[in-house]
Amino acid sequence: MQSFWPILVLLGLGLGFAGGSVLLSQFVGPRKPTPEKSAPYECGVPPVGDARERQSVKFYLVAMIFLLFDIEVAFLYPWAIAFRTLAWTGFFQIVTFFLLLVTGYIYVWRKGVFDWSGERHR
Amino acid sequence: MMAFLLENKNFIAQLLLIGFVFQVLQISAAVLVYFERKIAAWAQQRYGPHLVGPSGSLQPIADIVKLMFKEELRPRGADTFLFYLAPILSAAAAFGAFAVVPFGTSTTLFGLLDKPLALEVTDVNVAMLVIFAITSMGVYGVVLAGWSSNSKYSMLGALRSSAQMISYELSYGMSLAAVVMLAGSLSLRSIVDAQAGYWFHVIPKWYVFIQPIGFFIFMTAGVAETNRAPFDFPEAEQELVAGYHTEYSSMSFALFFMAEYINMFTVSAVATDLFLGGWHGPFLPSWLGWAWFLLKVSFLLFFYIWMRWTLPRYRYDQLMEFGWKWLLPMAVINLLATAGIVLGMGW
Amino acid sequence: MDGLYFWIFAVIAVLASLGVVGQRNPMYSVLLLIVSFGALSGLYVLLNAPFVAAIQIIIYAGAIMVLFLFVVMLLNVPTEDPVKGYHVKLLGGAGPRHFGAVLAVALVAELVWAMSHLRLTAMPESAGTTSSVYQIGLKLFRDYAFAFEATSVLILLAMVGAVILARKEN
Repeated sequence: MQSFWPILVLLGLGLGFAGGSVLLSQFVGPRKPTPEKSAPYECGVPPVGDARERQSVKFYLVAMIFLLFDIEVAFLYPWAIAFRTLAWTGFFQIVTFFLLLVTGYIYVWRKGVFDWSGERHR
Repeated sequence: MMAFLLENKNFIAQLLLIGFVFQVLQISAAVLVYFERKIAAWAQQRYGPHLVGPSGSLQPIADIVKLMFKEELRPRGADTFLFYLAPILSAAAAFGAFAVVPFGTSTTLFGLLDKPLALEVTDVNVAMLVIFAITSMGVYGVVLAGWSSNSKYSMLGALRSSAQMISYELSYGMSLAAVVMLAGSLSLRSIVDAQAGYWFHVIPKWYVFIQPIGFFIFMTAGVAETNRAPFDFPEAEQELVAGYHTEYSSMSFALFFMAEYINMFTVSAVATDLFLGGWHGPFLPSWLGWAWFLLKVSFLLFFYIWMRWTLPRYRYDQLMEFGWKWLLPMAVINLLATAGIVLGMGW
Repeated sequence: MDGLYFWIFAVIAVLASLGVVGQRNPMYSVLLLIVSFGALSGLYVLLNAPFVAAIQIIIYAGAIMVLFLFVVMLLNVPTEDPVKGYHVKLLGGAGPRHFGAVLAVALVAELVWAMSHLRLTAMPESAGTTSSVYQIGLKLFRDYAFAFEATSVLILLAMVGAVILARKEN
């Protein structure tokens, strides 16, 4: 903990400053809401429906693939520190690991998860 | 009281240093806003801010005061708590990420302290991971802002920006790992120190020369992480108005901008430490190393701003395809190639 | 001093976790879970395991929770509605409730057993250096090499599964 507490202090200072300035602007700023002013911005047209509608499944897919690759990146760090000692054995272990992931990556690519233009794979 | 102060000189110096870094980050945001506007004006052949203070240099302060006294608008149906939490989270994460970035050697404040004080908030042994971790928290400010606003532009903008941020985070993490391999350490201070000295007495031993692709990947991912041009989706006015912060005004709006500029500063500082040799440079004595550090960071920041006024914005599908189909494979190949070369050459 | 830190983080973690289940708005549940993970990460730091602490934030708070948020936004059910009959029958009926009670009792029994069989050992001193990551690397690629490679198969399966599930939704 010895060397970690300054991170918390800096985070706390940031939180305090940000929270304080938002709070302060509540007091010093005017507050005269009108129905027009408190309507969500939709380029001047009266807003239609609710913004919290169901969103595209593509975002879920990207988050899922990101999570899986993030786990892989997490595994990379211990290897990156120890790879000189592990030498070629470790290298080929990582390459095997990557090869399996690349299979998945190619599959996901072929299924059009990375295509956002909406022209292919509809 | 006096005895306590004298006994805990280093602890107090450390606290003062944290406060100093906090102040510098705040000021850096203001300075960056000014220079962004000046460079934009220069690129577009106009004056830019020139009325408040000498050559308009007090403009950012005027802006902050103005924003402070503006009405805080909150759209109907917004989730009040989350609506205000989002900018606060963004700003706090931006400040926190700088905690492990060293910016100079150590100082005893001209002999005032018994033990030298390292010029950084803290030196943890897993600094790289801490940076990666706090960077990955930045996405919540964006998502929450979009969701809590109850506005369609905010919602879509938040989804797009957050998907963009997580997509580029992978390449970001992998380019960090490549540097970790070269230096054999996760501490930024040892990574900087591994870059001291020269090859053939001329070329500084900076990692940018051994890791040019890694540097490119890091900067590209860094620009995308900070939502800056050419990846500045929150500002794709034509399609998303102002993206996730469409509905924000007054101080909470200012906080989002502050977070953006501090993040730029942090990315540049980390890039300087990882690839440009940190505070190591010729001519200056080592205790003035922070001047080199500042110079390198300013260069990268200028590059950042210059790019914004030079490159057109990507289309969203191009941006996602670039991140997943080009940058990620490039980062993987760069990493494996680095490992192979280091092992093969026996470095 | 470490004891104080422990209690701070532990109380935050427990309160946040209680908030996660006691919360009707899924968005707040996700946020409280992030807070809980953050406190857990602090506990890992206290245990001289900074690598685990960082990974806890990167993977759990940074990746899995983003996924959860996207799912919440994808489905967009702002609040659980306990009045509508559908939910009551599906999750709150007598059958599931009894089953849940049995599970809870089993969990408590398990915890009591585990706690009473704990052999307390002194915490390794100052393992919190880069060498701890180095040790993890050596262990992972030597002793647990097979488990490590098996993880990649798991990740591959998850990728395929995610795509297939999303296709079905379309």
